[in-house]
Amino acid sequence: MIELDKVAHSYGGGELLSGISLTLMPGSFHFLTGPSGAGKSTFLKLCYGELMPSAGHVQLFGRDVGAMSRDDVAHARRRIGVVHQDCQFLDHLPLAENVLLPLTVAGQDTGAEADNLIELLSWVGLARQAASRPPELSGGERQRAALARAVIMSPEVILADEPTGNVDWDMSLRLLQLLVELNRMGKTILIATHDLNLIRAAKAQVSARVLRIKDRRIQLAGADL
Amino acid sequence: MSPALIRLRSFLLGDGQADRVVPPTGFTVRLTLFTSAAMGFLAVFALALSLATGRLADRWSEALARTATVRISAPEGQMQAQTDAVIEVLRTTPGVVGARVLSVQEQRDLLAPWFGPDLPIDSLPLPQLVELRETGKGYDAEGLRLRLSAEAPGAVLDDHARWRRPLVRAADRLRLLGLVSIVLIGMTTAAMITLSANAALAANAKVIQVLRLVGARDVYIARAFVRRFTGRALQGAAAGTALAMLAVALLPGADTAGGFLTGLGFQGAGWLLPLLIPPLAGIVAFWATRAAAFRTLGEVT
Ligand SMILES: Nc1ncnc2c1ncn2[C@@H]1O[C@H](COP(=O)(O)OP(=O)(O)O)[C@@H](O)[C@H]1O
Ligand SMILES: [Mg+2]
Repeated sequence: MIELDKVAHSYGGGELLSGISLTLMPGSFHFLTGPSGAGKSTFLKLCYGELMPSAGHVQLFGRDVGAMSRDDVAHARRRIGVVHQDCQFLDHLPLAENVLLPLTVAGQDTGAEADNLIELLSWVGLARQAASRPPELSGGERQRAALARAVIMSPEVILADEPTGNVDWDMSLRLLQLLVELNRMGKTILIATHDLNLIRAAKAQVSARVLRIKDRRIQLAGADL
Repeated sequence: MSPALIRLRSFLLGDGQADRVVPPTGFTVRLTLFTSAAMGFLAVFALALSLATGRLADRWSEALARTATVRISAPEGQMQAQTDAVIEVLRTTPGVVGARVLSVQEQRDLLAPWFGPDLPIDSLPLPQLVELRETGKGYDAEGLRLRLSAEAPGAVLDDHARWRRPLVRAADRLRLLGLVSIVLIGMTTAAMITLSANAALAANAKVIQVLRLVGARDVYIARAFVRRFTGRALQGAAAGTALAMLAVALLPGADTAGGFLTGLGFQGAGWLLPLLIPPLAGIVAFWATRAAAFRTLGEVT
């Protein structure tokens, strides 16, 4: 689905990531960990075409990102649900419309999705907040909303960047639960987090591979995780 | 309906949801409304000026082209010889396209208003008239006079309408200036709308980023802005045009005061011309915003 081949990235200075090769197989569950500033968010952005590799190749659904037109990238993103680290929303629209946004921009009839939307919002525990605007929500609510938006198009891959960054432990477990359920439905999941407790909790439920960014490279974490 | 028409219709009617993804662009869009109204207003006056001076130039130059004559007064016996000489001189004068000896009947018609139709014209020592047609550039009147006095002493060049020639030139120039003004107004409108659209796009950088993130194509994002600015430019230009047309219609019509000022207006089908201004403003706004949007979207990755 998503394939990185000897990928390197730099923001202009030295290389932040280099020699990264990784294939996300359908239905797999990955964690990506590493200290803050290691390049986890950068890695995820490479995986959905927001950033271009400075060396190597990124393939999305079998096509090289570098050779794709901007429209092709837009279409590929519809097959990838992204939970952004800072949960980007349109602040002038109510939560419900924000969650429906991927359908709206794809030109799909959002009216037909009304039932799905209610179900999805109650699934992430936000049914009551449907009419609120994103700035009125708490950090945890926004992160759950971001997850709902990431899955509304029923994407094949879900990339989540610190999805539990702003929430307490109970809520973290709940969000993890949602992602585990999605994985059981066959979705490919990649979660970037520095929260090792979350990874341990997940490993009790699914067989997840844990990757660690160290010295600009990605390595498989040891059995201690 | 053809596919193009269907697209145009859906563009104009809009897609409510798509328009909502970009927050209200209040200030910049109001600027566009105002600019287009002012430009529509000015364009109507430039158009009226151009049409009026055009009419004036046409009328005057037509009068000019027809009114020069050579009058030959000669004793009975020399009349034919002098007339032939005059025709020969005119034939070889640069700037004169044609010369024609007026027939007895034509001369009778010319005099009829004054003396009645029964004038015994044959028994009167009337001068012979030769009508000449000149090119747009005209001829050298002084040179022609000199040659005529040498070849046919009884011939007098009567070019009383020639004083209008510089006026025709001025009127032509004014018409051109009017048209240039319309083009400049169009370009200014495009520039103002481009600036407003750029400001709106810059103010919405975060919105654009979010839309990208969820898989919006560039055309989708651009359309939300383009539709808004095109709509406002259309509305503004329509309002400005309507006001200006009203102002033109209400211009005092004092016929005695002089032809040019009262001629400043539209005549007959000319009233339909300013109606083209709002759609043209819409087209200008469409392309200006579209270009600005794609330029901005092309810069961000
Ligand atoms: N747009 C950017 N321009 C320049 N440097 C950046 C940019 N984004 C991130 N960085 C830098 O790259 C490094 C890795 O950032 P990031 O990928 O966000 O790490 P992580 O998500 O693991 O905390 C940091 O040092 C950060 O300052
Ligand atoms: Mg990060």
